[in-house]
Amino acid sequence: MSRRLLPLCITVLLFIGMAAFGAIRYDGFLSPQVFLNLLIDNAFLCVVAVGMTFVILSGGIDLSVGAVIALTTMISASLLDAGWNPFAAMAVVLLFGAGFGALQGFLIQRFDLAPFIVTLAGMFLARGCCYLISTESIPINDPTYAAIAQARIPVGFGSSLTIGAVIALAVVLAAMRIAHATEFGRTVYAIGGGESSARLMGLSVSRTKVGVYLLSGFCAALGGVVMTFYMLSGYSLHAVGLELDAIAAVVIGGTLLAGGVGYVAGTLFGVLILGIIQTLIAFDGTLSSWWTKIVVGVLLLLFCLLQRLFEGRTRKAA
Amino acid sequence: MNDAAIVLEARGITRAFPGVQALAGVDLTLRAGEVHALMGQNGAGKSTLIKVLTGVHAPDGGSIKLLGNDVAPTSPLHAQQLGISAVHQESHLLPNLSVAENICAGRYPRRAWTRGGGIDWRETNRRARELLAGLGIDLDVTQLAGGLPAALQQLATVARAVATDARVLILDEPTSSLDTDEVQALFALIRRLRDQGVSILFVTHFLDQVYDICDRITVLRNGKFVGEYPCAKLDARGLVAAMVGRELVHAGKAPAHAPAEAAQATAVLAARNISRRGQIKPMDIELRAGEVLGLAGLLGSGRTELARLLFALDDRDSGDVSVDGKPAKLDKPADALALGLGFCPEDRKHSGIVAELSVRENIVLALQARMGLTKFLRPAEQLALAEKLVAALGVKTASIETPIGQLSGGNQQKAIIARWLATHPRVLILDEPTRGIDIAAKQELMNEILALANGGTAVLFISAEIEEVVRVSDRIMVLRDRAKAGELPPGADEDAVFSMIAGGP
Amino acid sequence: MKLSQHALFWPATTLLLLLAVCALFNPSFLSIAWRDGHLYGNLIDILNRAAPLMVVSLGMTLVIAVRGLDISVGAVVAIAATVAALMIGGKFSAGGDVASDHPLWQALLAALLVAAACGLWNGLLVVKAGMQPIVATLILMVAGRGIAQLLTDGQIITVYYAPFFALGNGFLLGVPVALWIAAALWGLLHLLLSRTALGLFIRAIGGNPEAARVAGIRAASITLCVYTFCSLAAGIAGLIISSNVKSADANNAGQLLELDAILAVTLGGTALTGGRFTLAGTVIGALIIQTLTSMIYSLGVPPEVNLVVKAAMVFAVMLLQSAEFRGLVLRAVRGGAKHA
Repeated sequence: MSRRLLPLCITVLLFIGMAAFGAIRYDGFLSPQVFLNLLIDNAFLCVVAVGMTFVILSGGIDLSVGAVIALTTMISASLLDAGWNPFAAMAVVLLFGAGFGALQGFLIQRFDLAPFIVTLAGMFLARGCCYLISTESIPINDPTYAAIAQARIPVGFGSSLTIGAVIALAVVLAAMRIAHATEFGRTVYAIGGGESSARLMGLSVSRTKVGVYLLSGFCAALGGVVMTFYMLSGYSLHAVGLELDAIAAVVIGGTLLAGGVGYVAGTLFGVLILGIIQTLIAFDGTLSSWWTKIVVGVLLLLFCLLQRLFEGRTRKAA
Repeated sequence: MNDAAIVLEARGITRAFPGVQALAGVDLTLRAGEVHALMGQNGAGKSTLIKVLTGVHAPDGGSIKLLGNDVAPTSPLHAQQLGISAVHQESHLLPNLSVAENICAGRYPRRAWTRGGGIDWRETNRRARELLAGLGIDLDVTQLAGGLPAALQQLATVARAVATDARVLILDEPTSSLDTDEVQALFALIRRLRDQGVSILFVTHFLDQVYDICDRITVLRNGKFVGEYPCAKLDARGLVAAMVGRELVHAGKAPAHAPAEAAQATAVLAARNISRRGQIKPMDIELRAGEVLGLAGLLGSGRTELARLLFALDDRDSGDVSVDGKPAKLDKPADALALGLGFCPEDRKHSGIVAELSVRENIVLALQARMGLTKFLRPAEQLALAEKLVAALGVKTASIETPIGQLSGGNQQKAIIARWLATHPRVLILDEPTRGIDIAAKQELMNEILALANGGTAVLFISAEIEEVVRVSDRIMVLRDRAKAGELPPGADEDAVFSMIAGGP
Repeated sequence: MKLSQHALFWPATTLLLLLAVCALFNPSFLSIAWRDGHLYGNLIDILNRAAPLMVVSLGMTLVIAVRGLDISVGAVVAIAATVAALMIGGKFSAGGDVASDHPLWQALLAALLVAAACGLWNGLLVVKAGMQPIVATLILMVAGRGIAQLLTDGQIITVYYAPFFALGNGFLLGVPVALWIAAALWGLLHLLLSRTALGLFIRAIGGNPEAARVAGIRAASITLCVYTFCSLAAGIAGLIISSNVKSADANNAGQLLELDAILAVTLGGTALTGGRFTLAGTVIGALIIQTLTSMIYSLGVPPEVNLVVKAAMVFAVMLLQSAEFRGLVLRAVRGGAKHA
């Protein structure tokens, strides 16, 4: 039992270690708001990474999420500009995201296409549609959005969360339940463990494969909605490269890229770790922000090597 | 058993794939509480029939009746719901899920809506434990299935198949990776199920297992139904005749082969104290020019592992290797190749052929690998070499440029042997070269092996069929439980081998 | 063999179709003239601009052929450009004649060595650490660009040293230098793959890595070389690109290049599953992508459409390469013919 949780433990320990390092080195690091900001500033990444977790657990990958976020912001901004009701606009983009993901999932499953290429094309398509809508940034002036963006939910100790952060937490909790207690979630793990075996066992593999990409598309759209709260604009260049951050968060969170092994909770900590790297660099003040990328790369390397060791050891034990 | 109720009745099943008529009017009758063997050569249609029964393929024609009702399974899940469960050759448990989850996947017990409506894990574990206990299997259901040894995984897979209240249980080559004790454990489980009234369709190519556990036999040949026989009324020779379609003249002892005198024969390849943790314990082995060394032992005794170590496919933990008496560097297959070794692996699909490449390219591959990058064989030279070997070994192929994946198993095997012959090896290691090959091709291969030895090559011959090993070998080395049990001199018979395997003197 | 069954049929047809559409809307599209001492025309422009992509895609073809993938080539482009630019230096003297901090050949060599080292790093992660290629190269993709940005502090380094511009802007015997480089690389690869056993070994490794190993092929060494070469090619492309714009932009150089390269390889007919591959197909694939861009521009269509069209092409090629899809279409056609 404990061997399964080992990668997750390592991730959590790493986070605690980094937090401790920050607390020792910088004044004011250990304030509650600093930690809550980790979630607030990365709420949209968190939502997207949760969707990505399911895709990776099933052994696939989704490169289109960054572009879908951008497209979501563009569609939202355009609709609001045209006078749409804000909640109707949100409903439309969420449906759109789910549909976009489902379409990719259908192509992957029905025609046995490589997820890498299908979602790559999806990324081109979504990003291209963004440019078609507008190459300029579209500001969002809707009062409801502004109100949501400014709302603060107090959580004690003089600190507060944004609605976006609350959404992110809700998504994580819902995803944990789906992964652990629903047939869909268990089938995702099964597919990651061995698709042909799962099929022969009679599990509904085809439907689940499509469902996984639908979920990822939905999470990308939801992440886009959260981003519109954060940025209050629609822009084609939003979230460029975000899919890589999402993948990094999932891997650092302990999920194997080969599929079948990992926890949603790990992804949450992966996102927090990405956040804390940026925070540490910001607190330092002397390091340029390029260091973030380098540190993330190094962490990815370490975690992937660790995963290799882990795989090697379980194989020897069997 | 004759008048037991008929559970499954398949009549006139036909199914074609592009270019091949896999099944042409096949009948199958399964009765309650019987173990029914499905037998036939490779390509006879056994796998296709099973796939039709389990809904993977729809038949082009024919009918299936289950307990008197017409059924047409449309998917494995549907077939399970109808009461037809299968344990396929390629089905493994999902290694990343627990045993309990593997058993209950797709049929999870749920909590009541009032308590969340999610999967009830406690109940899942309990059900799995209960099911396994009812079948006489005792293991921790919460552990990951990947951690179980292969035999227990097999038993758990059968347990899963049965959990669906199956009336018909299909077992496709379930004993391929089990040793004798494990086979008996499986058979005990099968008998228990039979006594509970389940009909079991048992596909195997081990003749002795058929007679050990089965009541009736259905034989297929080239997609056609040959006949259904009670085991008591058809002996082994008759069974083989039905499968092959002609009376096989028992081959008897191999054609003339002069084994090199033991005292004079030089050890071409010698390994002292060779071992690998978890695979084989330290042992010595010596291969001599012009001699066939048979390697016998039960499944799991370490034969393939030893072969792989000799060819440096795996890293050895200990041991010195010498060639012609001088110490040799042997760390990777390229080294082995340079020293004049050759290796025909057990699993030719996985480790032997490169399916997309042509027959010609597959044949010249090892020779080219030894010659290196820069000394490239001209296409004309490649063609000449490949054609010569194809003719010599009788490889049936439409053209030398045909992708090797399109050839039948036996011809693929011959092509792989041709690959190594092209390198004029001093030592050739053959791991189960006759597996999955029809009887006629087997004979040709055995003769080829003897011809090789006559030509001066040292041959290491591994086979699960003791009879084959005895027929073709000079000395025989016996492995037991991953250690060397001993060596037998030329002229030893099957009984001697059996005794040494069993632990005799 | 029917013409339509030749491996290059579909890529070549697509390219010709695109060129035909361009010529339709712009009659002078296909004209080539001799001006200012070199060849001049839309076609030459396409060839010239496609050259860096051709170079990278050729390297990518071999990596894909051994069942690998390299998504770090864009980052390597940025790194190589940065190293060269830093070594040349950006000192601009009012007198007009600019000197280089290091001899040009040293700067170029250093950039290429660093690029090759990146490839070696990728290869070691894949071969020795056993990582999935997409993960292994993801690391360099993320960290590599960060390193380039760190070296330049995010600033664009302008290069004033004129001899450097020849790579991306110069002409040799009337033909762009960049095109000579791409052609030379293609020719060299072709010779290497067909005159030595390398082509056979790569196809064997991609077709069945385990079988290739059992047959005695030094799969590990070859795979290492392939990854090293891919990054080296990316380095060459980086030098061409930065020479062309006379600067090194660590933020944007090579952005999305890996995706275009993988697209070029797939358009050309090489399957992502590895094994069989075609260099000529890749070159055609790169030309298709560049022709597309030029076509969109010359048609007066907003350049934003480029991405959508690329997406449509990828979908089309993927579906055509999928056996399932072809089977579906065939069955529908036959069914329709029966009823007709």
